[in-house]
Amino acid sequence: MLAVETINLTKDYRVGFWRTRPRRALERLSLEVEIGEVFGLLGPNGAGKSTTLKILLGLVFPTAGSARLFGRDPRDISAHQSVGYLPENPSFYDHLTAKEFMTYAASLFGLSDKARTRQIGLLLEQVGLSDSGKFPLRKFSKGMIQRLGIAQALINDPDLIFLDEPMSGLDPVGRREVRNLILQLKENGKTIFFSTHILSDAETLCDRVAILDHGRLQGCGELREILQVGLSSTEIVLEKPSRDAVVALEPFASSVVRTGNRVRLELRAESDLTEVLAQIVRWNAKLISLNPVRMSLEDYFMERVGGNDNSSLRNTAAAGTESPKSE
Amino acid sequence: MIQRIRTIALHTFKESVREKVLYNLIVFALLLIGSAVLFASISLGIKRIMLINLGLSSIAVFGLLMAIFIGIGLVSKEIDRRTIHNILSKPVRRFEFIIGKYLGLLLTLVVNTAIMTGGFYLALYYVERHMGGEDVLLLEAVYFILLQFAIVVGLALLFSCISSPILSAFFTFCLYIVGNFLGDIRWFGRESGSVIFEKVAALLYYLLPNFSDFQVISQAAHGKGVPSYLMTSGSLYALLYVTILISASILIFEEREF
Repeated sequence: MLAVETINLTKDYRVGFWRTRPRRALERLSLEVEIGEVFGLLGPNGAGKSTTLKILLGLVFPTAGSARLFGRDPRDISAHQSVGYLPENPSFYDHLTAKEFMTYAASLFGLSDKARTRQIGLLLEQVGLSDSGKFPLRKFSKGMIQRLGIAQALINDPDLIFLDEPMSGLDPVGRREVRNLILQLKENGKTIFFSTHILSDAETLCDRVAILDHGRLQGCGELREILQVGLSSTEIVLEKPSRDAVVALEPFASSVVRTGNRVRLELRAESDLTEVLAQIVRWNAKLISLNPVRMSLEDYFMERVGGNDNSSLRNTAAAGTESPKSE
Repeated sequence: MIQRIRTIALHTFKESVREKVLYNLIVFALLLIGSAVLFASISLGIKRIMLINLGLSSIAVFGLLMAIFIGIGLVSKEIDRRTIHNILSKPVRRFEFIIGKYLGLLLTLVVNTAIMTGGFYLALYYVERHMGGEDVLLLEAVYFILLQFAIVVGLALLFSCISSPILSAFFTFCLYIVGNFLGDIRWFGRESGSVIFEKVAALLYYLLPNFSDFQVISQAAHGKGVPSYLMTSGSLYALLYVTILISASILIFEEREF
């Protein structure tokens, strides 16, 4: 059985004053997520990531196609019993304390008093909020709210966890903690489905990723397959090479970059490597490093959606940081 | 199901009682009831009538304000703050959410009305220095006030599902005002001589919430109890109307996307 399955999922939002004009947010999206996988949904702003998550949680209804959580319709609430969800930019009740909010969340899952108390203590400790449990949420910072959001998503010890931009609002320490938490959840056999702008997080955490752009699936695959599509090039770094050495090597390189005393060359073809090494020995250049350059997730991402005119995406991918707002 | 509705209702109650506006309204209501003692003391011969009229009217007006101001945000606030995502992603049916929200606010109003009624009885005891059987009968009027609140909360909830808080407050308040004059509107319709006007008036009479039959404060002030048939019909009418309002809210809410 699959943890998550979408078949030709399509969603049109009605826009305009009379809400008569359809705007397609998702186009025939078909995905399969195995139990125990960490699955990343990547895409620029407005790609349809949050819409996909909302359909899977029954918050939005598909125009066509279907979605399944452990084989059940998302509108069937029994499917939600083993599901946890962290919304994007979560917002909770200002009048409650963290413990009261967690108690409320636990009660909706029908947890017994004993299980509830144990689980709340454990989770607040895990996300680093055990000292803030009695503070009202209106006094929480964005990062604290995000941590609480993660804690409430785990209150029912779910088998499937949806995280919409889980690193949003967290400082580097918080991001590392959340990353470790996700890896720990994976070790415990949980299925994690998350959307992110931060490619380095996806690269660290995901078994498989899917890339969405303008509601269409641009690519989906196992991360190791994507990243080992082949050597895209070989990188050589030389220290203080003579001018003649550089001139001799230039015909083999697709790029030559000087940084201080060092020269970095990217080879055009792997087959030239023997000849290049011979030239290095001939010109007595000092070889610092020789590395095969594999395709990164960022390269893959840019290859799939970089052709579209989307500067925000380029900035996001290039910087490996999040954009201010997703869709 | 019951447990989830209870959880949402108790959470709504907790949220409501932590609203500062609620305490302001209670304080104003108690002040007004207190000032009724003053008015009563300068009203020769009609002390009691004056006090009961002012006291019960204060409970009705301030309770109505609480029902509207808290009721209009019941659902829309959850949508605006996106807290609804947390709730509906958990094993909560949409109708459970709506019923829980309704019951939570109703519970808030029952507790607040009890506090205001306690204040009212204290004022009555201060003026009269004794309590009798006729004073207990005043609880019938309080019950009728609560029936009105039940309908007003249902209206506020319905509008909260479809429009902004300001529009919800406006519509709820307008319907409350119109609902208080439905008896007169129907009478005007009959007396107008116009068939169309008579039919429109009759349609409004049956369609809109009829609050005019719940006005028993003046009757209570004059020591007249509420007839048992009116108690029964009033209770059934409120129950039926609230059921219709909640059902309509659920139907709308079931199809909403967040």
